[in-house]
Amino acid sequence: MIEIKNISKTFGDRLVVDDVSFAFEQGKTNLIIGESGSGKTTIMKMMVGLHEINGGEILYDGKNFPILPVKDKQEVRKQIGMLFQGGALFDSQTLEENIRFPLDMFTSMSEEEKRDRVNFCLDKVQLTNRNNLYPGELSGGMKKRAALARAISNNPKYLFCDEPNSGLDPKTSIVIDNLIQSLTHEFNITTIVITHDMNSVVEIGENVLYIYKGKPWWKGNGKDILHTTNPELLDFVFASGFMKEVFQAVNKK
Amino acid sequence: MKLFFHLGRYFILIKRVFSKPEKLSVYLKQIVHEIDNIGIGSLPIISIISFFMGGVITIQAAFGFTSPIIPLYALGFTTRESMLLEFSPTIVCLILAGKIGSNIASEIGSMRITEQIDALEIMGINSAGYLILPKILAAIFILPFLIAISMFLGIFGGYVMGIATGACNSYEFIFGIQAFFEPWKLYYSFTKVITFAFLITSISSYFGYYTQGGALEVGKSSTSAVVYSSILILVFNFIITQLFFT
Ligand SMILES: Nc1ncnc2c1ncn2[C@@H]1O[C@H](COP(=O)(O)OP(=O)(O)OP(=O)(O)O)[C@@H](O)[C@H]1O
Ligand SMILES: [Mg+2]
Repeated sequence: MIEIKNISKTFGDRLVVDDVSFAFEQGKTNLIIGESGSGKTTIMKMMVGLHEINGGEILYDGKNFPILPVKDKQEVRKQIGMLFQGGALFDSQTLEENIRFPLDMFTSMSEEEKRDRVNFCLDKVQLTNRNNLYPGELSGGMKKRAALARAISNNPKYLFCDEPNSGLDPKTSIVIDNLIQSLTHEFNITTIVITHDMNSVVEIGENVLYIYKGKPWWKGNGKDILHTTNPELLDFVFASGFMKEVFQAVNKK
Repeated sequence: MKLFFHLGRYFILIKRVFSKPEKLSVYLKQIVHEIDNIGIGSLPIISIISFFMGGVITIQAAFGFTSPIIPLYALGFTTRESMLLEFSPTIVCLILAGKIGSNIASEIGSMRITEQIDALEIMGINSAGYLILPKILAAIFILPFLIAISMFLGIFGGYVMGIATGACNSYEFIFGIQAFFEPWKLYYSFTKVITFAFLITSISSYFGYYTQGGALEVGKSSTSAVVYSSILILVFNFIITQLFFT
C-alpha cells in the first residue's frame, strides 16, 4: 500500500499539485484521472521520487519514501515497475534487452530463466517474437506495450503506469487494462494507473482519484463515477456527447 | 557565479559516477561496448589525420632547414618530437574531444529528455554510474593505444612523404627518429593523454546528463561539451607541461 498525505508541488511560482492525499491499496488497481495538464504525471513522479515534494509524506508500506537514505530508496525502487507516459525504452537496446535489463541488474537468474521471463512478458503484451526489434522500429502503441512488458519483468511490488492505453485501439486497450488488473490481483501488486479513458475507469477502476486543477476533487469507485453529482467530474466523464447518450439509453431500459 | 555552480555540480556528479557499481558483469559488458565505440570508431579518422600531419610537418621542416650546418637527421628528429610531444597527445585529443565529446553529450542528453535516465533511476540504478563510468574507463584504457598508433603513423607519414618529396633519405630519417630519445617524454605524453581522456568523457557526460528541454537543448549540450572539453584540454596541457618541464 502507498499512502500520500498532503503532498504539494510548485514549479516556479505555479502551484501544480495542491494538497493531495490518497491511499493506493495493495492488490487493487488505483486510478488517477483528470484532464490534461491537471497534474497527474506530476503526482506520479513525486511518488517515485523523480520530483521533490514541497511538503507532505509518501508512505510505502509505512516507510516515508522522500526522506529515506539513498541506499534504502534504491531498495524500494528495485520493487517498482514504471511505465512512463512516453515509454522511455532504451533506444540502444532491443526489446529483449530492454525487458531483460532489470533481470540482468538485480537477479541471479540463469540465461534460460531470463529468456523465458522475457518471452512471457512479451506474450502478455501481445508482442510475441518481437524480441529483436529496436524501439525505433515500433509503432507508438507497440512502444507503450513494450514499456509495460519492461515494467512488469522483475515482478514489481508497486506498479506505476502513466497512460498505459493512450494510443491503443479500443480492443488492445482492453487487453492491456485486463492484463494490468489480472497481474495486480494475481501478485497482489499495488498498482497506480493514470488514464483518460472512461472505459478503463469503469472496467478496472477499483479506487479512483479524480484530480481537478491539481486538487483532489473526487474519490471513489469506477462504477460509482457514472452516478456522480460532482459538476466538474460530470463534465469530465461525459465530455463526449456519445458517452452521455449511451448512459441515458442504458438508464432508460 | 555560474562557474561555481557548474563546478560544484560536476564534482557531485563525479562522486556519484565513482560509487560502487550495482553489478560488475553488466558494467564490464558496457566497458567493452564503449571501448569498441570510442576506440575502434575513432581509429580511421585518427589514422588519416596523423599520417598526413606527420607528412606535412616533415615537408615544412625540410623547407626551413636549408642551412648547411643543420644536420639532415634533424628532420626525423623534429618530426618525432612534434608528434610525440604535442601533435598526437594534444591535437589528436582535441579532435577526439569534437568526435567523442559531441557523441557522448548527445547520447546521454537524448536519454535524459526521453526519460530513459529517469527510467534507470526508478529501477533503483545509479544512472550516473551506469552511463558514465564505463565511458570514462573505456576512454582512459583505449586512448593511449589510439595515440600510440597516431604517433607511429605520424612518423611513418613523415618518412613516406620525406622520401617521396626528396627532402631526405631513408637512412637519415631513421637515424633522426632514433636520435636523442628521452623516455620521460613518453611519460609526459601519456600523462596528458590519460588526463585528456578523463576530461573529454567526464565533461561531455556532465553536459549530456544535465540537459533540460528538447532536441534543441541536446544540440546545445553537445556544443558546450566540445567547447569546454577543448578549453580544459588546453588548460591542463599547460599545467602538465609546466610540471614536467620545470
Ligand atoms: N518539469 C516541469 N517544469 C515546469 N512545469 C511542469 C513540469 N512538469 C509539468 N509541469 C506543469 O505541471 C502541470 C501538470 O503537468 P502534468 O504532466 O502533471 O499533467 P498531466 O495531468 O499528466 O497531463 P497529461 O494528461 O496531458 O499527461 C502542467 O501545467 C505542466 O505545464
Ligand atoms: Mg501526464
